[in-house]
Amino acid sequence: MTTTSDATSAVQDTLSPAWAGFTSGPWQDSVDVRDFIQRNYTPYEGDDAFLTGPTARTTRIWETLSAMFPAEREKGVYDVSTDVPAGITAHAPGYIAQDDEVIVGLQTDAPLKRAIMPNGGWRMVETSLKTYGYEVPAELREVFTKYRKTHNQGVFDAYSPAVRAARSSHIITGLPDAYGRGRIIGDYRRVALYGVDQLVAAKKLDKLSLDTQPFSEKVVREREEHAEQIRALEELKEMAASYGFDISRPAATAQEAVQWLYFGYLAAVKEQNGAAMSLGRTSTFLDIYFERDLAAGVLTEEQAQEIMDDFVIKLRIVRFLRTPEYDALFSGDPTWVTESIAGMGDDGRPLVTKNSFRMLQTLYNLGPAPEPNMTVLWSPRLPQGFKDFCAKVSIDTSAVQYESDETIRAAWGDDAAIACCVSPMAVGKQMQFFGARVNLAKTLLYAINGGKDEVSGKQVSPAFAPVEPGVPLDYDDVRARFEKTMDWLAATYVEALNVIHYMHDKYAYERIEMALHDKDVLRTMACGIAGLSVAADSLSAIRYAKVTPVFDERGVVVDYETVGDFPTYGNDDDRVDSIAVELVESFMSKIRSHHMYRDALPTQSVLTITSNVVYGKATGNTPDGRRAGEPFSPGANPMNGRDTHGMLASALSVAKLPYEEAQDGISLTNTVVPSGLGRTEDERVANLVGLLDASVGGEGYHMNVNVLNRETLEDAMEHPEKYPQLTIRVSGYAVNFVRLTREQQLDVLSRTFHGSM
Amino acid sequence: MPTQTSAAGGTTSPLGGGAGRGALLGAPAVLGSPSVDGVAGMFGATVPDGLEAPTAPRRRTGAGLDGLAVADGLDRGDTLAMMRSGELGSVHSWELVTAVDGPGTRLTVFLSGCPLRCLYCHNPDTLAMRDGEPVTADELLARVRRYLPVFRATHGGLTLSGGEVLQQPAFAARILRGAKEMGVHTALDTSGFLGRNLTDTMLRDTDLVLLDVKSGDPETYLRVTKRPLQPTLDLGRRLAASGLPDGVTADAPVEVWVRFVLVPGLTDDERNVGLVARYVAELEEIRPGTVGRVEVLPFHQMGRDKWSALGRDYALADTEPPSPELTERVREQFRSHGLTTY
Repeated sequence: MTTTSDATSAVQDTLSPAWAGFTSGPWQDSVDVRDFIQRNYTPYEGDDAFLTGPTARTTRIWETLSAMFPAEREKGVYDVSTDVPAGITAHAPGYIAQDDEVIVGLQTDAPLKRAIMPNGGWRMVETSLKTYGYEVPAELREVFTKYRKTHNQGVFDAYSPAVRAARSSHIITGLPDAYGRGRIIGDYRRVALYGVDQLVAAKKLDKLSLDTQPFSEKVVREREEHAEQIRALEELKEMAASYGFDISRPAATAQEAVQWLYFGYLAAVKEQNGAAMSLGRTSTFLDIYFERDLAAGVLTEEQAQEIMDDFVIKLRIVRFLRTPEYDALFSGDPTWVTESIAGMGDDGRPLVTKNSFRMLQTLYNLGPAPEPNMTVLWSPRLPQGFKDFCAKVSIDTSAVQYESDETIRAAWGDDAAIACCVSPMAVGKQMQFFGARVNLAKTLLYAINGGKDEVSGKQVSPAFAPVEPGVPLDYDDVRARFEKTMDWLAATYVEALNVIHYMHDKYAYERIEMALHDKDVLRTMACGIAGLSVAADSLSAIRYAKVTPVFDERGVVVDYETVGDFPTYGNDDDRVDSIAVELVESFMSKIRSHHMYRDALPTQSVLTITSNVVYGKATGNTPDGRRAGEPFSPGANPMNGRDTHGMLASALSVAKLPYEEAQDGISLTNTVVPSGLGRTEDERVANLVGLLDASVGGEGYHMNVNVLNRETLEDAMEHPEKYPQLTIRVSGYAVNFVRLTREQQLDVLSRTFHGSM
Repeated sequence: MPTQTSAAGGTTSPLGGGAGRGALLGAPAVLGSPSVDGVAGMFGATVPDGLEAPTAPRRRTGAGLDGLAVADGLDRGDTLAMMRSGELGSVHSWELVTAVDGPGTRLTVFLSGCPLRCLYCHNPDTLAMRDGEPVTADELLARVRRYLPVFRATHGGLTLSGGEVLQQPAFAARILRGAKEMGVHTALDTSGFLGRNLTDTMLRDTDLVLLDVKSGDPETYLRVTKRPLQPTLDLGRRLAASGLPDGVTADAPVEVWVRFVLVPGLTDDERNVGLVARYVAELEEIRPGTVGRVEVLPFHQMGRDKWSALGRDYALADTEPPSPELTERVREQFRSHGLTTY
């Protein structure tokens, strides 16, 4: 699936002095970061003994920011830059403490000051400003409602009535039609390795090749996009210059490499309010520069760690202005600055370096935090020292998630990274059209009700006869109805996504992120499903127990009488796990039957983020005994409390979901009490490593690991001030527990805690 | 009834601790309540090696057998014959647990039937053999095989628990043999009361015994369990001695983890604890290295719901878990004998 830019030969022939000491190769002739990494990195097979603690300066900077967090938490935002629409060069340079910072650059002119980004939609901006008590600038409102059309407006111009109905009945939710779609990872490493001028030259050559092709809508769109990309790169240079750095040339030192790379990322988060603004796979790339400087004696380990600490401080304070409704879906103010760490190379060498350790060490030096979203690409073949360190960090901080490197590498190569929570993509060569998700549990209820919504009673999907009253549901009949309803759902859903991404490209194109991609990229249409466990358990109840529908006075089925026992998903029981597998396969095949915008490759995820609460709220009683309004389980998790055979049995059930039918990722979150991992720290580390090896070895795709006691969370609900940095993993990302709504906190508490008493 | 560590059924979820599936769903519309049964087995047919045919009742409390096929449709005579030969067992439930019933992640299988009547039993739903469900040795071994990669990755294995595993010795022997043939680490979680049912062959197929010494003082033991202490003491000594150069497990001596459930007002007496500690130290004298660790398990109330779900009187309904100070005092008593104690 990899594509190579055919015009990157513009990279200058003359070797840059910044590349002194590097092993040469094709990376010098065209943009090829992977080749640079493979030829130059030094695998590290040791343990964590070399790591250093925070310097006084690091602690000082972090304390300055920490003192600002309570006010931000209290009000919802710390400050907003209301009068300047965001852009790469929109704001003057900003600092936390100008003379004290090792890595510089902020989204606006002051820390924690959020920018407005109206291209996604004006309403989001206006509602947010009003919510937080800011004046809405009249002039800007006029610009963005009268003269400059937004993505949001474009989408609603083109939505079909069927899409609108599905959207308002909450069977399709969380669509990026009012905000930035995100989940695009610019290859920010290119800025450091090549400098901006070489990247501009390469893009100009790419554009030239488009200029010679005859007119078609596709060609013109790409020409325009390239013009925008080149403009964005020039602005990137200008923004860096305002901080006093000339990034037209390649980075010459480790500190420059981190700074250059961060400027690339900063440009993206200055301009795009994407749902997930992920960083990529940067730590091992950067290690090459650290190793060169350490070997030359111009850098100490303490200084190397200090640079990484300061970089991570910057990543921790990325902020976007969002509405409370948005936060209800994606709680805790997440930005998904996902950094993918480790993994194995195609040649069998681990991609673990000292800088992989340093990245994780920031969780000790600065204390736990949800961002950047630390994601370890796990393989049982990773070096033992690194595995042990990961497990230790997980046990101490609950801030790390794990994804199967074996699965991701096989599908997307050894330079892939995770966007957002679980979405893998080859860095700089692949992007996705983020598609949120549909509610599969509610779809089952529509199937039973002949297309009527069980809450509103409205006809939403095409009408057909509902089930008969007084008669237990027949599995084959319900299954057939479900298929038919999923047919409609898939068609409606893909229609919505095609419209959204057409308009997003048109009105809110990610110029700088795409400037850091190859000319020809693989696009995926990332669909998603929620409520899988509820749907599977409900079908299991219909199949193995006796489920009789209960009608209300409107003639709508609103409840079920379930008599008898039935197997539930999450216990490594094939009878029901196979139903979940079938649903994933079936819905994916229906998605595939539709035409995708820009010939995207259709994929899907089994992921809810924290919207499992909102989805549950909008869904009536289900045949598995779940009551109306009760939250779903998150992601691909079994329903809370129904996975009674232990954490690994639960994980093995989830692992049966075939990755080939869910290439955008399958999310599993587990919480284990510390004593559930062992009596001593060594035992706990060894046992967690074993669990991860067993899970990934058993085809598991993802595991979010929390090592927590319930009592800690309960105490944090009562005394949030005592736990400003308490971090927990939810579905695919981490949050500050104290920043969740009370409802979401209770949902977390109701989840299964694995372990002994 | 061995221990208070991994409870049969649902203690992986403190929330669901002991609640039946119907209750877990919390749904008024779910009428399939757990059947309350097995009271009759309580004091009747608990003759140490008497076998009872499992009656495969509908789901009781606990994790259950999900994924294990139940051998339905056998008549009572066939069932008992197959149980005698060890082809069939009465099984309560299974779980994959970590760091609880031995090293690594383990498939712990809870067998039904126990000759003890511990006041603090936290798996009262495993007391009667007839309350279990019939599962063949082949079926159970197939599940062991399924988890070979898990055992390899986690350095774990199989643990037979209960109930009292030695109340179904033929079945246990078959499972142990089968597991050993697959190279799986094996553990037995036992009170030791039926130690004489543990044959030398079984001993050679066992890597670890989790030996529950519920009290050091015979009278306290009797009060806690309704059974005498001596068989447990005998088994421990035999485990230690069998690993000596002239013993039956000389090639691969059995490791012992001693467990002691600390119940305030019942087993916490300093003298009682001291007697257990001295006994454990004696095992170390017989064969140094026998006892890998002592686990002092603080009494908890996770089993209370099960007792009430089963409609039985629970003598310890109002007993509080021990204070951290008391637990530490008891652990120190063991440590003072040079024992690794948690």
